[in-house]
Amino acid sequence: MTPAPIALAPLVSGADITFWICAVLAVAGAVGVIASSRPVYSALSLAVTMLSLAALYASLEAGFLFAVQIIVYTGAILMLFLFVIMLVGVSSRDHLIETLRGHRAAAFTAAAALLALLVLATGQAVTSPPAGLEAATADGYVESLAQLIFQRYVIAFEATAGLLITAAVAAMVLAHPRRLRPKPGQAERLGDRLAAYASQGRHLGPLPSSGVTARHNSIATPALLPDGTVAPESVSATLAARVAIAPAAELTAPLAATSAALDGTGPGVTAALAAPPPALPASSASPDLASPASPASPASPASPAAAPAPEEGPTHA
Amino acid sequence: MTTLETIAPVAATGSFAYAWLLIALPLASAVILQAGGRLTDRWGHLLAVLTPVASFGLGLVYFLGLMGRPEAERAVDASVYTWIAAGGWHFEVGLLLDPLSILFVLLITGVGSLIHVYSLGYMAHDPNRRRFFAYLNLFVAAMLILVLADDYLVLFVGWEGVGLASYLLISFWQERPRAAAAGKKAFIVHRIGDLGLLMGIFTMLAMFGSSSFAAVDEGAAGLAPGWACFLGFMLLLGACGKSAQVPLQTWLLDAMEGPTPVSALIHAATMVTAGVYLVVRSGAVYDQAPAAQLAVAIVGTVTLLAGAWIGCAKDDIKKVLAGSTMSQIGYMMLAAGIGPAGYAFAIFHLLTHGFFKADMFLGAGSVMHGTGDDVNMRHYGALAKVMPITFVTFAAGYLAIIGVPFFSGAYSKDHIIEAAFEHNAVLGSLALLGAGVTAFYMTRLMCLTFFGQKRWREGIRPHESPAAMWVPLVVLAVGAVIGGMALNAWISRWLVPIGAEAPEHATWLPDFSNPLSWAVLAVVAVGVVIGWLLFGRRPAPDEAPAAVSPLVLAGRNDLFFDAAYDAALVRPGLALATGVAYFDDHGVDRAVESLGGAALATGRRLRRLQNGHVRSYGLAMLIGVVAVGVVLALLQLV
Amino acid sequence: MPDLYLVLASTLFVIGLTGFLIRRNALIVFMSTELMLNAANLVFVSMSHVHGVLDGQVAAFFVMVVAAAEVVIGLSLIVTIFRARRSTSVDNEILLKG
Repeated sequence: MTPAPIALAPLVSGADITFWICAVLAVAGAVGVIASSRPVYSALSLAVTMLSLAALYASLEAGFLFAVQIIVYTGAILMLFLFVIMLVGVSSRDHLIETLRGHRAAAFTAAAALLALLVLATGQAVTSPPAGLEAATADGYVESLAQLIFQRYVIAFEATAGLLITAAVAAMVLAHPRRLRPKPGQAERLGDRLAAYASQGRHLGPLPSSGVTARHNSIATPALLPDGTVAPESVSATLAARVAIAPAAELTAPLAATSAALDGTGPGVTAALAAPPPALPASSASPDLASPASPASPASPASPAAAPAPEEGPTHA
Repeated sequence: MTTLETIAPVAATGSFAYAWLLIALPLASAVILQAGGRLTDRWGHLLAVLTPVASFGLGLVYFLGLMGRPEAERAVDASVYTWIAAGGWHFEVGLLLDPLSILFVLLITGVGSLIHVYSLGYMAHDPNRRRFFAYLNLFVAAMLILVLADDYLVLFVGWEGVGLASYLLISFWQERPRAAAAGKKAFIVHRIGDLGLLMGIFTMLAMFGSSSFAAVDEGAAGLAPGWACFLGFMLLLGACGKSAQVPLQTWLLDAMEGPTPVSALIHAATMVTAGVYLVVRSGAVYDQAPAAQLAVAIVGTVTLLAGAWIGCAKDDIKKVLAGSTMSQIGYMMLAAGIGPAGYAFAIFHLLTHGFFKADMFLGAGSVMHGTGDDVNMRHYGALAKVMPITFVTFAAGYLAIIGVPFFSGAYSKDHIIEAAFEHNAVLGSLALLGAGVTAFYMTRLMCLTFFGQKRWREGIRPHESPAAMWVPLVVLAVGAVIGGMALNAWISRWLVPIGAEAPEHATWLPDFSNPLSWAVLAVVAVGVVIGWLLFGRRPAPDEAPAAVSPLVLAGRNDLFFDAAYDAALVRPGLALATGVAYFDDHGVDRAVESLGGAALATGRRLRRLQNGHVRSYGLAMLIGVVAVGVVLALLQLV
Repeated sequence: MPDLYLVLASTLFVIGLTGFLIRRNALIVFMSTELMLNAANLVFVSMSHVHGVLDGQVAAFFVMVVAAAEVVIGLSLIVTIFRARRSTSVDNEILLKG
């Protein structure tokens, strides 16, 4: 098993070190792929494995595949995975509890048996030392590879080209959502909005824009309604889900301070703040301005105590 | 041991080459009627009547042609086609026209034509008239094949054909359970007889290498006695089945469930005489087998007495006639069993019986036609005045059957009794006794039906039948009257070519010089007088008396043959069938069902594997791969 | 030394196989498949090195191309199914049960 030349070689070569590092990383990444509860972690673990393999390719004198592995596999394919993961929900978390009775144990047993068989079969399959690729790449590595791809395997190459084109077309066909009803035009959309207003009192005008207070211009800053409360519709639901918006108390605090400074009395402020809303629907002829408050109006005009609940509002939304 | 002298047939020439037309005509008509379906409903029966008449005409031509030939050339073999040609053995279907077969052709087509005409009237209102005529034609064709065959194999085709036609016609009114059962019974009993005939044919093929009449006649002389005896008994079994001889007679009485023309044609005049034909045809074999010959005579004697006994006790007019038929065929068998001396008399009696029995059956049909299909003689009485033609023709048949001098039956029956006495005194005495009993029961039938007081049922107005029915009656009655006189002197000489012995003296006059003739006449007179005393002089009871002697009881129950067969064969057979069915239900079925149940249960378990989960399928694949890998690794180790 | 590559490839393959068997998320099942393909590729490349011919590398290259095509189709299928069923689980019985 160990002929004399091997014994004379250095005990540990660079390739050996590379192998052991990369092998450990690759196996760790692979385990991460199948053991992570979140698909994102799985994908990133897969990237680790692939990059390790790329390094191994490099140590095996496969420079071309080293590049392709990184560019195509890690760069393109894995990114595609990540895109899809984002599409279907990045935060989704898998339940790792097995639902098929006995399946997991059987799977592990069978997999272990297969591994044993494979190691048994291949562990001592190669008896000669690696020949190396010097002879095969006598004309230069790229040239030799190109000769193989574009001469001997040109038909297979063309076939894969056709396969890729077909795959691209198929992906477009599959990804293209079929429209179940005709695309609504402007007239239909306006009709829907008027109907929503008539039945639910939904605001007819555009949604309040975010970040329009004097101190902030971030989209994470909700707008304030005329009564000083936060308008929940003014920020994105995604941001609200992450609780990334500015707290309402922070926004209303200066206003309250200003009011207190003007009036000098606490209750006065609340009275001054509370007074305009009842007047507004009466004074202004257009319902446009009155209606945005209407969803919140039953509670908010009467008591500003509803105002410091911006964190609750978005969660409901 | 004398060998039977028969003439060798000569090849057919001229018109004889078309002998197959005799058969083809009625057969074609039968096929047309059956295949044509309702299209032929309106005219089919007329076609069906025409074809036997045409065959009769053709048969007459051939008959005259044979008469015109010298005696040594009176057998013509008309080859039709090669049926089987297998290597060195080939089999020609041929028709044999000789003095014996041509007589049968004339009887079958002649009486057959008359009965076809009669059926026009009798079956006029039956919804299945077309089918009836098709079957009748089929029967005529099959019977002609039977008698024209020059080979036992071809004869067997006709033999089975008439059996089929008989079955179809007995159960023609298949909506009646009794008719259907009777048809079945006839068919099954026939099978037993057919088995005998088949065994006989096999024996011939094994012994002579051929089953043609010529080969059998030739080879019989050299046959070992044991084989000859076996062959004779097998042929006798066949004859018993077809001719309703004891012990295979039970089907004939039930066969009366069929339409009356069928009873007249098949179960009186023609088919039932096929057994006699077979025995006479096989004379060469019986010549070598005295034991078998004696058995034929004994069977005939027993049957003639049994038939007469049954005829005495029955009240059903058709069953009386059926018993009488058995009895008369018993006479023929007796004659055939006597040997060459009796062959001509057997055929002679067969012909005269064909006339007078057909006449009486048709007369009975006419009576039934007039009385609303009532068959019970105790419901008749005094029909002579309302049905004069039927009465006169029936009376002619009556006088013929009991053997009144100058009527046909007298000649043929006297000859048989005479020959029987010469052969064996015991058989002769019993045949003489049979003649007396015949006279008794026929007198009883006449008295109950045509004389005495009216015992008609309510609403029945007996009336004479239409011309289509009484014209054949008249023709047959004429035959019954003059047939004996016409044939007496001639038939024995005519039949010499087939092996019959010609008597020294025979004229158209009865032989009054023989004391035996007087003895027969005396016995017949005693029978008639007893019959008249019992049934003619005093009024007959309306219903059959319940308290009767065991003799009458036995007669009424067909001598308990049915009961005996039922106990000995039918019940054990049924029990066996029930047992087999039980085993099939509980043994075989359970085994099969549990096998199926096991498969189902296995499937139900295995179905869990097919749970639709990709991962399970993947696991299954993996396990398979591992299994294959393990096997390969183990093989590597070994 | 080349044997170790084979052992590593076998390990990766079996891990991928295990993932295929025990995970329900179609995306992760798919990644497991990729893992198995990569294990195969490693064998190609290492054996190419052992035998001193480039054909193994070309084969690995073709595997990558085909894997790319497969990923494109597979992912679009997953997206389509997700759109219809709001789930990426492969345990939906009706997927394979008639």
